[in-house]
Amino acid sequence: MTTRSDTYDRFADKAAAYDVELTRTEVESLPETISDMLETPAVGAPLPWDGCSLPESVTTDPTPAQLNAAVSGVTAASLAVADYGSLVLEATPGGAEPASLFVDEHVAVLREQDIVPDMAAAFKWFGDRFRETRGSAIIATGPSATADMGALVKGAHGPKTVHVVVIP
Amino acid sequence: MSTDSRAAKAARIRELLDTEGEAVATNTRGFNQGRYDSVARLEDYEGLKDEARAIKEDAIERLPELLDELTETIEENGGTVYVAEDAADANEYIADVCADAEADRVVKSKSMTSEEIEVNDHLHSRDVDVVETDLGEWVLQLADEAPSHIVAPAIHKSRQGIAELFEERFDPDEPLETAEELTMFAREKLGERIEGADVGMTGANFLTADTGTMALVTSEGNARKSVTVPDTHVAVAGVEKIVPSVEDLRPFVELIGRSGTGQDITSYVSLFTPPIDSPTVDFDDPDTPITDGEIDREFHLVLIDNGRLAMREDPDLKETLYCIRCSACSNTCANFQSVGGHAFGGETYSGGIATGWEAGIEGLDTAAEFNDLCTGCSRCVEACPVKIDIPWINTVVRNRINEGGNGGRFDFLVNGLSPDAEDDASPTLQKRVFGNFETLAKLGSATAPLSNWMAHSRPVGWLLERTLGVDHRREFPAFRRQTLVKWARDRDGTAPTDPERRVVLYPDVYTNYMLVERGKAAVRALEALGVAVEVPSVPGSGRPPLSQGMIDTARAKAEGVAEALDPYLEDGDDIVVIEPSDLAMFTGDYERLLPAEDYEPLAANSYELIEYVYGLLENGASPETLSVADSSETVAYHSHCQQRTMSLEAHTVAVLTECGYDVTTSDVECCGMAGSFGYKSQYYDLSMDVGENLAGQLREADADHVLASGTSCTDQIGDLLASEPRHPIELLDPAR
Ligand code: SF4
Repeated sequence: MTTRSDTYDRFADKAAAYDVELTRTEVESLPETISDMLETPAVGAPLPWDGCSLPESVTTDPTPAQLNAAVSGVTAASLAVADYGSLVLEATPGGAEPASLFVDEHVAVLREQDIVPDMAAAFKWFGDRFRETRGSAIIATGPSATADMGALVKGAHGPKTVHVVVIP
Repeated sequence: MSTDSRAAKAARIRELLDTEGEAVATNTRGFNQGRYDSVARLEDYEGLKDEARAIKEDAIERLPELLDELTETIEENGGTVYVAEDAADANEYIADVCADAEADRVVKSKSMTSEEIEVNDHLHSRDVDVVETDLGEWVLQLADEAPSHIVAPAIHKSRQGIAELFEERFDPDEPLETAEELTMFAREKLGERIEGADVGMTGANFLTADTGTMALVTSEGNARKSVTVPDTHVAVAGVEKIVPSVEDLRPFVELIGRSGTGQDITSYVSLFTPPIDSPTVDFDDPDTPITDGEIDREFHLVLIDNGRLAMREDPDLKETLYCIRCSACSNTCANFQSVGGHAFGGETYSGGIATGWEAGIEGLDTAAEFNDLCTGCSRCVEACPVKIDIPWINTVVRNRINEGGNGGRFDFLVNGLSPDAEDDASPTLQKRVFGNFETLAKLGSATAPLSNWMAHSRPVGWLLERTLGVDHRREFPAFRRQTLVKWARDRDGTAPTDPERRVVLYPDVYTNYMLVERGKAAVRALEALGVAVEVPSVPGSGRPPLSQGMIDTARAKAEGVAEALDPYLEDGDDIVVIEPSDLAMFTGDYERLLPAEDYEPLAANSYELIEYVYGLLENGASPETLSVADSSETVAYHSHCQQRTMSLEAHTVAVLTECGYDVTTSDVECCGMAGSFGYKSQYYDLSMDVGENLAGQLREADADHVLASGTSCTDQIGDLLASEPRHPIELLDPAR
């Protein structure tokens, strides 16, 4: 049986392989932690959890012009898959998808309890969730990348770096 | 095929080897190695493949039902489903959607199915601008070239080539050199295009009937942008992409990146359930928050039949529909690695499985253009995540081409498989001669050494090239007057008096008529290990005709083999086979050629020679009875492609090591000779290019002995290194 912290470590290890760093913080200090790591201008989508808020420097409900100008984007991750170092980013009416996509740096906020060990668990979650909500999500692993120009380059169309802030 | 068309084909291959070969080789071999590394990290790779296979089998079986379910689900979600009979039908529908949306520009993410229907051309003719946003596809769109690979479409282009292309098209202020600079330039250009797009078009790797979710496997993020920004989304997918439920996506998500480019997972696996619940981004209205107002999106799923439903009814082509287009069969294929998809491909698809796709979608004529490039080496079989017997599909299509069914694409449904019609001129003369190699070998042996002088004489060489397309740079192997069967019959009794086991050493055509020494060595080695050996006269295995797509001829051979070996099997003898490609027939292909009661005992009791020696040593026989290494003798060993697919390379390495040899193995997938392939003048250059990869490794190993298990490999290495390698048993021969 895997304990929670084994799963966390495995996730951290796998994510590190894609240069994705994890920062742990408490719910209370979340706005400050995010604020410290952000490059502005920043956009974001509201976090879905009670008591969790974004710093003021993050513009939610951005305009297209603000999206285009943003350097960072802060959104929630619904799940993480330890085996792969992947984040699950759900599309929301509040614009989580564009806020995580049109920026150079994506900051994802993740609850530690939402780290699942493997794809089997993730797909069980997707099945239950999508049958109920008919929603959409991205399994995002590391930054966007391409090798089409002759060598691996990060930040093809999407973010060049990804940072995860983990809260309890 | 005439001499002229053979020459034209050879010239085309040579041109591609020169211009694209290097980039293709570097990239595909990188992907292939990445696949080995990545699947090794899985806990239960075989189990995942089985699961993936089972899901596809079930989904294709229940396709009509799933199609109805998916349609209902998507309509419930607020989208529209259109099942298009063919490309024209699909294009009309898509053009109408664009007209309704008053679209000037469509942005597209990579989709092979959209290439198949050539939707870009159709939309351009309706004055709609179509922009490919996948960087590789965009490069090809700018260059007006076709994809050379199903996953990495611009694999044939070098960084420098792309830089020159951008320079020419855009005349950028700063010169673009590095991959980073090129990527950022493209990102910016394409970003502008996406901002002004009216419709986003994607493919779909998978579609789930229960929720109407589509999975898109990508890395760049362009598919996400193409779906998110505009308010109209058109997805184009073959009908075969449907799976029952969301949970069924899991094995594919775990396998597809690993199998293709060797990534455990790609950057983004989008699971969109369109119309998606995310605000559109209207750059024409830059100052209104995107979340203002209702989300109002349109979604159209265009499912393409275009021959697929007929393929589903075709027992041999049906498996093609399980294909998830991962590209493993391209990357693992030695011929593909050398020449890429511009030679090894049809209208849309490339690589080993392309024969199935192109035969089903375009017709046999298109498949005939490149089908010969599959040599049946079988390396793709273990690489395929859904376990498709790709070489068999190639063989069946070759058989149909031989029969001249080049007319309509579904002729074969009416005609079925008829005999190989070897009396009329159906399979080409070249194919028939190579397919009947056994006859030639018998004649050559009976008339040796005259036959050898003849074959090596210039006028005969010229004649062989003119009439049969046998390349004059190849030497025919020398036939031997005294066959292995004769030698074994006439030799003095040296059989062990109280043998523990009795075996039949199968006198394959090559060992019996040409490479007799390896046969003699095998008899001596087995006897030294305490086994009684018999070498009866048994017909050829049928491998040569099968390779030429002459299935009925191959079946007749298989029946002959089964009949000749049956009494020995009844007596409990084991069958030991020297030539790996013949063992692959007995244990694999015969399943399709023989009734189960003939196939099963033969398959269960046949062994590769060194595998058998390995078993004897494991059971207590002493390696000292064989010829063991003097101090530090080194060996460079190339196992045979089919031998590796049967997982029998390790046995040879283990036996040689146990006998004291220091062994280095090659890691090339195939020697490039592959039976008669390398003898054909149209493929000589390609064969040598593939072989050079192997020769380089063997030279580098710089060993005391070069060994190879297969006849083709022996011939090929002999030509490349100018000295014939031996079979491992010749090194172990107690008489050495
Ligand atoms: S046939 Fe198999 S290996 Fe080839 S592309 Fe299809 S799924 Fe991949």
